[in-house]
Amino acid sequence: MIRWLVGAIGVSLVAAHALAADPVEIGIGYLGRAGIKSKLSLVEQPSENDGIAGARLAIEDNNTTGKFLNQHFTLEEVRLMEGDDVVKAATDLASRNGFIIADLPAEALLKAADTLSDRKTVLLNAGSIDDRLREQDCRANVIHVAPTRSMLADALAQYLVWKQWKRWLLVVGSHDQDKLYAEALRRAAARFGAKIVQERIFEDAGGARRTDSGVTLIQRQMPVFTQQAPAYDVLVAADESEVFASYLPYRTWDPRPVVGSAGLVPTSWDPAQDQWGAIQMQNRFIKLNSRRMTALDMQAWTAVRMIGEAASRTNSGDPQSLFGFLKGPDFSIAAFKGQRLTLRDWNLQLRQPILLVDGRMVVSVSPQEGFLHQVSELDTLGVDRPETKCKLH
Amino acid sequence: MRRRCLLSGLVAWLAAVTPAFAFIAYVSNEKSNTVSVIDTDKWTVTKTIKVGQRPRGIEFTRDGKFVLVAVGDDDKIEVINAAAQQVVDSLPSGPDPELFTQDAAGKILYVANENDNTVTVIDLEKRVRIGDIQVGVEPEGMAISPDGTILINTSETTNMAHFIDTATRQIVANVLVDARPRFAEFKRDNSELWVSSEIGGTVSIIDPAKHTITGKINFNVPGLRREAIQPVGISITKDGKTGFIALGPANRVAVVDATSHTVTKYLLVGQRVWHMAFTPDEKYLLATNGVSNDVSVIDVAAQKVIKTIQVGELPWGITIAQP
Repeated sequence: MIRWLVGAIGVSLVAAHALAADPVEIGIGYLGRAGIKSKLSLVEQPSENDGIAGARLAIEDNNTTGKFLNQHFTLEEVRLMEGDDVVKAATDLASRNGFIIADLPAEALLKAADTLSDRKTVLLNAGSIDDRLREQDCRANVIHVAPTRSMLADALAQYLVWKQWKRWLLVVGSHDQDKLYAEALRRAAARFGAKIVQERIFEDAGGARRTDSGVTLIQRQMPVFTQQAPAYDVLVAADESEVFASYLPYRTWDPRPVVGSAGLVPTSWDPAQDQWGAIQMQNRFIKLNSRRMTALDMQAWTAVRMIGEAASRTNSGDPQSLFGFLKGPDFSIAAFKGQRLTLRDWNLQLRQPILLVDGRMVVSVSPQEGFLHQVSELDTLGVDRPETKCKLH
Repeated sequence: MRRRCLLSGLVAWLAAVTPAFAFIAYVSNEKSNTVSVIDTDKWTVTKTIKVGQRPRGIEFTRDGKFVLVAVGDDDKIEVINAAAQQVVDSLPSGPDPELFTQDAAGKILYVANENDNTVTVIDLEKRVRIGDIQVGVEPEGMAISPDGTILINTSETTNMAHFIDTATRQIVANVLVDARPRFAEFKRDNSELWVSSEIGGTVSIIDPAKHTITGKINFNVPGLRREAIQPVGISITKDGKTGFIALGPANRVAVVDATSHTVTKYLLVGQRVWHMAFTPDEKYLLATNGVSNDVSVIDVAAQKVIKTIQVGELPWGITIAQP
């Protein structure tokens, strides 16, 4: 019934030229960090505008729709340099914008969210995959558009189990995020029936990422590092710190596929994604930004589009009305992944299919067929309602 | 008097002994860059015509002499001579044409340019672009009202059905529908406009005069997850009593009572059914199954699938000789 009413309200509108009023302005802030996180692979080096480019395209898309609804969207971009105060920047952005798209590490995001909790600003997390932000550290004013580490690990595990590659050699980096990824992978293995036959740690011994002499040394190190393992089907690498995983494919002692942080990688989006009308999305992005669309771009695009979608359906620009709609049962968004995406009501995490990509093609999309769920098969990925530590209500 | 009797007798005798002409269906195969030609008496593919890249929208010209097919990656519309069954010409279309529709006289072509948020207007006789209309994001669905005064375009990411006055080429109304509207179809008496929402999973019934949604068709297939039900193509019988909706990866065509707007039956067809066309006598409805690379033939009166015909890869659109 409400669905119907909402549809009927926002429905019949006359062309813009008949309206004398100024458009309703909807201000969206983007808060990210300046600089890029370097990758081992030259072709994977992120652009300076990674993420923000997606937000810019979504503003354009929102404004195309907004023309018919007398709504106008603006994007205000802030990049934090090393040492900048996130609280100050967030407060300043919030004074002019009801929504902030954030690409920040967990600690900074929590500081921003807590500072703004009285203000009624809505934050959309487009960058951080940390589970803690959706569990014990969940916040009532944060919507999560980026997938969680557990969703990514589960997506990968489901495919490996489907493929019957159930014996895993897990190689973990020595940094904190690497260990978090390993934890998610262990959980996924137990959850879906894979067996980690052995774990190894790859210590970060420092040294230059790139040298002119290239592969000669790496070609010798990797086979030695991976020799004498018990029988395994696939090497699962947990290396978010970009120290070693990209060096593993085709160099393991035993001929085995590499997955995780290199080889077959779980991700929310990839420039190779061409299913479900995605070519249209990819083309529009390339046309505006003169480069291919990354997962972070897509996460930011989706976040900004969610605000646009709420504005269309409620025919309003008031952030609280839009937030109410986003949290309600009528909200869903189409994001070129073959089915509508909705928010988990217990922690405001966007449910979504996860792509498994090899850098050139989309190999598969999880959830895999056969993994069932009473509410939504998308909830077989990540931490589900009965398991959650988040208590927002 | 006697001569007339003789003549009509002769005609009647001829009609009795001459076999009925089969209708010819043309199917665009998005991936194999071909058009499959189907004989509706034998239910076989009689020819495969090579066309340009990424053929999707396909439609007979109003005079029945040509078949227009939008070849999206070549940024043009190719013209197939229906007698010779080969490509003889091409028309400008604006970039990335997907679906298009013609006015009743067959003089104007309206093309949805999906990448450009535009509907391009083309003079079919002069073969030039004569205008364009700025619409929402990712335009696809195109339909002309029975009286020719209104052009409908649906924008997939803006989620609207735009009502465009064909005389002034101005948008006069916009109706917000459920997510990802792919297709629009009028009832012949102009009493209703149906718009399918692929990701929303519904078909909206719109009053074309008031520009309001008066109802929605919802779908439910026991045992099938809701997300798989993705309505795309719509075909309504001339008498306005029965509607058929292609449900995409649900692999079914829903039969709908067009008065009560409720589903009466689900017909199992091939995989990822998107677009459909009636034979001119409305005895059969043909549906394209993109992922199983075939076309399903539905007996309209019996409401049964009677045949499956293998065509090219990723069959998309279908058009059958004009009634």
